[in-house]
Amino acid sequence: MNNNDVNILIVDDEFSVRDSLFKWFKTDGFNVDTAENAEAALQKFKEKSWDIVLLDIKMPGMDGIEFNRHIQSVDQNIIVIIITAYASVDTAVQAIKDGAFEYVSKPIDPDNLTHMIRNAIEKRLLAKENIQLRQKIEDLTSADDIVGTSPQLRKVFKMVASVAKTDSTVMIRGESGTGKELIARAIHSNSTRRYAPIISLNCGAFTETLLESELFGHEKGAFTGADRLRIGKLERANNGTIFFDEIGNISMKMQMDLLRVLDTKHFSRLGSEKSIEVDFRVISATNRDLESAVNEGHFREDLYFRLNVVTIDIPPLRDRKEDIPLLARYFFNKYTQSMTKDIKDISPEAMEMLLNYGWPGNVRELRNVIERAIVVCENKKISPADLSFPFRAGSKQQYGDSLEELEKNHIERILNRTGWHISQASETLKIDRTTLYNKIKKYNLSK
Amino acid sequence: MIDKRIYVVPIEFYDLSLLDSLCFYLSNAFGIPAYIENKPININRVFDPLRNQYNSSYLLKQLINKPPKDAARILGVCNLDLFIPILTFVFGEAQLEGIGAIVSTYRLKNEFYGGQSDSHALMERLLKEATHELGHTYGLYHCHNSGCVMTSSTYVEDIDEKSVLFCRECEEVVKSRVQ
Repeated sequence: MNNNDVNILIVDDEFSVRDSLFKWFKTDGFNVDTAENAEAALQKFKEKSWDIVLLDIKMPGMDGIEFNRHIQSVDQNIIVIIITAYASVDTAVQAIKDGAFEYVSKPIDPDNLTHMIRNAIEKRLLAKENIQLRQKIEDLTSADDIVGTSPQLRKVFKMVASVAKTDSTVMIRGESGTGKELIARAIHSNSTRRYAPIISLNCGAFTETLLESELFGHEKGAFTGADRLRIGKLERANNGTIFFDEIGNISMKMQMDLLRVLDTKHFSRLGSEKSIEVDFRVISATNRDLESAVNEGHFREDLYFRLNVVTIDIPPLRDRKEDIPLLARYFFNKYTQSMTKDIKDISPEAMEMLLNYGWPGNVRELRNVIERAIVVCENKKISPADLSFPFRAGSKQQYGDSLEELEKNHIERILNRTGWHISQASETLKIDRTTLYNKIKKYNLSK
Repeated sequence: MIDKRIYVVPIEFYDLSLLDSLCFYLSNAFGIPAYIENKPININRVFDPLRNQYNSSYLLKQLINKPPKDAARILGVCNLDLFIPILTFVFGEAQLEGIGAIVSTYRLKNEFYGGQSDSHALMERLLKEATHELGHTYGLYHCHNSGCVMTSSTYVEDIDEKSVLFCRECEEVVKSRVQ
């Protein structure tokens, strides 16, 4: 911030004070103006914004203390320096309580004035930077990639808007690729916790031990390989939001540990007995039928109710086909810009294909299909030849992403191929017959 | 066309050799001849008995009243403790892009701070402060280039740290305005 970027307003009823301060700041290259009373100063506030206001306490009409309150009510980031010929502890305390930056008595030592203004500029600069950074955070955390106008999605948006204002625990349900994490981020970025982090934890990606360490952190030497202290995700989510993705995949022990943390908001790092207090909001997501898991005893009922205070169901893409053209164009614009490719549009034929496809991988799959099409496209429009659907051959056969579903489908395919010949199938699958029978029973497979 | 000159006006100031040196230096620094010129100034009218100091703004007013036609600038030199109402003291004062400036040796002397008299240091400080205040009359703001005579000085130590010369940027401004 150069001096000529700093606007200083001097409000004092004494001409000599206004004049001498004006000259002093002018020779430093500041933008300076003066006002002989609060009313004149109010007029100056209508004309432009001020960074620093030097304000006399005793003035006819509205006094400096009252005018300071007015300034602070309009903009708390304006630096107000109260100057007075009659310093008293009471007025000083009042001025500082009301948000004044400094309280000084006349005459001021030139060096003090120079330092005071330098500090004031620094504070003003920090405040401005803070506002800019907050704006950047808001821009970064805006609900990007959630595109659509279908009634189903509008219902989701409405839920996000209303639940974001509260601190309620939210469970987001939807198939893989529907954008559960994006919805979680949208809730977080519209909540009062948005300036603290949102920490994601994919519960399906870790073994029980690793998940514990990820969640709670550990002290140095807590276990073999723990060569340094590690801050866990719960601790990092303090004041913010923790997002548990694939919550249905955690072990019974972890369910119990998690329930305890959610109830007490206290936990200890692995290898430590020291209790750490944390304050966070919980958003979880699953693509599993948690009710069945509860009924079958795989998921604790008390944890289920603790997590499932508000439910948001995200519809699969095939149930909101009207959003496909919008999403396709959104990803088209996004990737043509980032790849700086001169492709003008998606051809009507290609769009027709996109509309007729089943989208088992939902929005994520659509995004990947468009991105790939832009990479391979050599013409001005994306044509059907540029589109590649990984599940096209069996598009009616929509697999989930979990290992269990893949295993179930693979076993069923081999059984059908061998005409349900158990020995041949077990040989192909490289498992013994008993295991195969157990799997058939587990997955409820039949001829 | 009248040849312009810088008038150096002593205000109750009697060290003529110091004034001669000042005129010689200012002539070179600004490229305009500088001369000593006597002018009646009533210092009692600007004395503030409560502060026991002299109001530099009022002195400046008297100094620039009815300036000679050939005056490029008028510099008052005094040995008085100067102040402006909001500050405890000033070394000098100038009209930004105006005709007049004033400078005092009162707080430039080592004796003021309880030290030994040093005429060489006093001369150097006076040259710097006079050049600095006249620099303001040519539209210069306080400069952030280390060592430039236009850097702001609130203590006498600050004056000692800077040079007696303008930095290149400030010199360019002064040159263009003097012409």
